[in-house]
Amino acid sequence: MADELILLDLWSSPFAMRVRIALREKGLDFESIEEDLSNKSPLLLKMNPVHKQVPVLIHDEKPVCESTIILQYIDEVWRDKAPLLPSDPYERARARFWADYIDKKIYSTGRLVWATTGEIQAAAKKDLIDCFKLLEMVLGDKPYFGGKTLGLVDVGLIPFYSWFYALETCGEFSLIDECPKLVSWAKRCLQKESVSKSLPDQYKIYDHLMDLKKKFQAQQKF
Amino acid sequence: MLDEVILLDAYFSMFGMRVRIALAEKGVEYEYREQNLLNKGQYLLEMNPIHKKIPVLIHNGKPICESLIIVEYIDEVWKNNPLLPSDPYQRAQARFWADFIDKKVNDAGKRIWYMKGEQQQAAKEEFIEALQLLETELGDKPYFGGDKFGFVDLALIPFYCWFHAYETFGNFSTEEHCPKLIEWAERCEKIESVSKSLACPIKVYEFVLILKKKYGVK
Repeated sequence: MADELILLDLWSSPFAMRVRIALREKGLDFESIEEDLSNKSPLLLKMNPVHKQVPVLIHDEKPVCESTIILQYIDEVWRDKAPLLPSDPYERARARFWADYIDKKIYSTGRLVWATTGEIQAAAKKDLIDCFKLLEMVLGDKPYFGGKTLGLVDVGLIPFYSWFYALETCGEFSLIDECPKLVSWAKRCLQKESVSKSLPDQYKIYDHLMDLKKKFQAQQKF
Repeated sequence: MLDEVILLDAYFSMFGMRVRIALAEKGVEYEYREQNLLNKGQYLLEMNPIHKKIPVLIHNGKPICESLIIVEYIDEVWKNNPLLPSDPYQRAQARFWADFIDKKVNDAGKRIWYMKGEQQQAAKEEFIEALQLLETELGDKPYFGGDKFGFVDLALIPFYCWFHAYETFGNFSTEEHCPKLIEWAERCEKIESVSKSLACPIKVYEFVLILKKKYGVK
């Protein structure tokens, strides 16, 4: 019996992008249902009643929530193709650590860079560049964080490539100057179809983030 | 070759307690090193340069950080008495609830003793709501793990020794709002690995008094 896979999705969400990439890496067919977060569908509210957020992977009618948890689930069910985690427990712990670091730092810090101005933005920009430089050190000479192929950390981080143009434009800096290794890593990932098919256009994302920025500023969120 | 296992920890930390319980559940012998979080030692800063936090497990010289990541590592290295279920869907559910505990219970709990007035009230409501949701998830099972103490039980039970502090500073009773959860907690406390690992609630309360003074919170 073929698996039924439905992804409650959002084109602009870096977290949803992660799941799209992982499913494609594993060669899995899935149905993507685009959610409108200002008008959440009954299916989303039923499948993720606790957080009411995307992404949600629904596998044979059973929901899995939280992107990093979904990635590990996909990796554990479809073990034979394109493993996202290594088999050694210490290397697995390292991968989980860096995936967690990305979860804790990149979204919130990056958001401050494109959504704010002045001192808050300046501090966030410095913080973000430091984070990226740290990740560059973790990558080292490897083609991917996962080694020879995409791993959990690559899939966790690459969606933020879609923010690069917005970050550089709003923050007035050049990522290729500050973090050349990271930019070459990103370009390397983009050569993979699973990634290029799953990431939206950087300019579309820029327009979208600028709309969000106007909303945040209206709400005086920062 | 014998494993060398060192745990950098702090008596009152719920996150450290998770690791203590996991090691005890597996029967792993280790060296416990209490850390002074107000004056962090060189070894801690070397072993966790990114977050500079405890707990850190050091296994044969290699550090592992972040409590739930450490617990999964322990579960994968020492395969006796498994903490996570073997079914991938059940594992995803267990990870989900452990993550929920980290995001909701921990944050709201801290704000109960750290804040006053409206912000404290909001924290109390969020805390109780989170516990009630966990109670519903527990249902009629003796443990979140089913018949056996497991990953989610381990993730949550350390907060139980902080309840007395939260309740006193927040002026409320968890038992009143979540009686089944209190029954679950008392059931967990009968397990030796848990009772050995949890801090004394009265000492936790006294510790929070010190923290409040330090941060200038009345």
